[in-house]
Amino acid sequence: MRKCSLNSLSDIFSKISESNTLYLPVDTNEGAAFKKWEEGTVMSEALNTNRSAKDFFFPQTEDLMEFTVNKKEIEIIDTRKESEDFVVFGVRACDMRSFEILDRVFLTEPYDSYYATKREHSTIVTLCCTRPNETCFCTAFDIDPTNAGGDVTAYKTEEEIFFKSNTPKGEAFMKIIEAFTEETSDDSVNEIKDKTKAILKKLPLANLSKDSFGGGKTEELFEREEWEELSSACLGCGTCTFVCPTCQCYDIKDYNTGKGVIRYRCWDSCMYSDFTKMAHGNSRNTQIERFRQRFMHKLVYFPENNDGIFGCVGCGRCLSKCPISMNIVKVMKTLGGDK
Amino acid sequence: MNTINESLIPVLGVITDVRIDTPDVKTFRVVTPDGKKPFDHKPGQCAMLSIPGVGEAMFSITSSPTNEEYMEFSIKKCGCVTEWLHQAEVGQQLTVRGPYGRPFPVDEEFKGKDLLFIAGGIGLAPLRSVINYCRHYRSEYGRIDIVYGSRSKEDLVDYNEIIEEWVKDENVFVHLTIDREQEGWDGHVGFVPSYVKELGFDLNKTVVLCGPPVMIKFTLEGLIEMGYDKTQVYTTMELKMKCGIGKCGRCNIGSKYVCKDGPVFRCDELDELPDEY
Repeated sequence: MRKCSLNSLSDIFSKISESNTLYLPVDTNEGAAFKKWEEGTVMSEALNTNRSAKDFFFPQTEDLMEFTVNKKEIEIIDTRKESEDFVVFGVRACDMRSFEILDRVFLTEPYDSYYATKREHSTIVTLCCTRPNETCFCTAFDIDPTNAGGDVTAYKTEEEIFFKSNTPKGEAFMKIIEAFTEETSDDSVNEIKDKTKAILKKLPLANLSKDSFGGGKTEELFEREEWEELSSACLGCGTCTFVCPTCQCYDIKDYNTGKGVIRYRCWDSCMYSDFTKMAHGNSRNTQIERFRQRFMHKLVYFPENNDGIFGCVGCGRCLSKCPISMNIVKVMKTLGGDK
Repeated sequence: MNTINESLIPVLGVITDVRIDTPDVKTFRVVTPDGKKPFDHKPGQCAMLSIPGVGEAMFSITSSPTNEEYMEFSIKKCGCVTEWLHQAEVGQQLTVRGPYGRPFPVDEEFKGKDLLFIAGGIGLAPLRSVINYCRHYRSEYGRIDIVYGSRSKEDLVDYNEIIEEWVKDENVFVHLTIDREQEGWDGHVGFVPSYVKELGFDLNKTVVLCGPPVMIKFTLEGLIEMGYDKTQVYTTMELKMKCGIGKCGRCNIGSKYVCKDGPVFRCDELDELPDEY
């Protein structure tokens, strides 16, 4: 483990950006957001960004390929490019877990080369939480925000910042910052960890339990009558899906530029009425069915297919963003019998 | 980067033949621009066809894998992509990617069995691939019965192939039916589910069932009444799909993705899924 004074942070950022594009959370009018670092950029003190960090690997829209069309003839143009090297600094433990969840979707065969190249060329520096807030419930999904993982785990106090490498990419990062940092013992961050752990225990959602959910629970949960009441006010706006770090459903669409056709993918939402609509009908016609699909997928179907890993990371974004204040916590409490 | 295979990027195809099957079904023959079959597949698998600027959609591959020259798709006109295809002419290029999904277990569970194919309307399209595969490797399978029904004689897909080839095969028995009496039709009249019961098959058969949802529902009920077990009945499903590789989330039912875990399912496997199909 290495450490330095917070005063050296801008020098470190400057050094990193010599060889990598550096992104970090910055305060904006709409809350914290990941932005490209430039001289003078100040890192946000906010607990988390408004949007999740999934955009780095799975952007809201992304061109897949192009075509030219000339009467009956078509040309397919592979427009894929290798990603540039980049560093994402200040990722929280919840968002870090979301990358592992997205990996299970995009990096299982047949793997997604658009996602893969960005993952390969990224170095993730996580920042452990010291002030988790009342909408946080990552611990319900066995996430430890005091040990956030990634290529490098960072810990910040009022005066200092500590770095611990976890991977070969992390080692390369440590080399870059070596001149600005000094060696210290791993125990130096124990006090920070203990303080955070004490706060975690007192959070309002500290006792949220996932025990009623998981693989094999479809039959038990699917027909529950509570779905009706839970979903009754859902507007189907899809905000929860868009802010969710693990939601990864997408649409593929064509855009005619006048000179050719760009085929792109964009985020989609199982909450939308036309998500499953086909020429001959819709397999999920009502909002109850669509609402249920979203939560069943995160809490039952995903863990069933992924060694028990849940499709929620407890970041709390849906709690603060849903216009009708419905969210996964209410679903878990209601169906889990803890009202 | 460009050497890495990417499933979402298709290959080019050319329509070399368009056959009018019924008033709303056409069969398209597709090869690559250099005249080859786009890729190999197994019976029951699907492919994504697209016209850039119009859209991309999943279709079952109607031709048998034993056909090494080209691929065929029997397509009913019912949405954007299919309407566009129906006005396409020979020489039109399109894009094709695949093959996708779990095929019928033709080289496993079907081997040595008596087979009963039951289809309604356009439901014959995905079964044609299996039927012709089994006809090609005739000695590997037992007796083959085919029950096929449509609204009218004109709505029977592949009628010419059925009459000129299938009925002439040894140990292949074709039972056609149409919904209503029609001039020039001296075959059976009535719906598929009741015709199946009327024909009363031995219970040792493996059944492959495809058609409109309501036809599948009543036929399956009839088969169970006759004494069949759901483990003997296979069907193939259709849901909205975009990626075809189990990632875009659209065809997810329970813990399954129809595009990769299906489209072929044994009927007892469907009981384990929530009823959303």
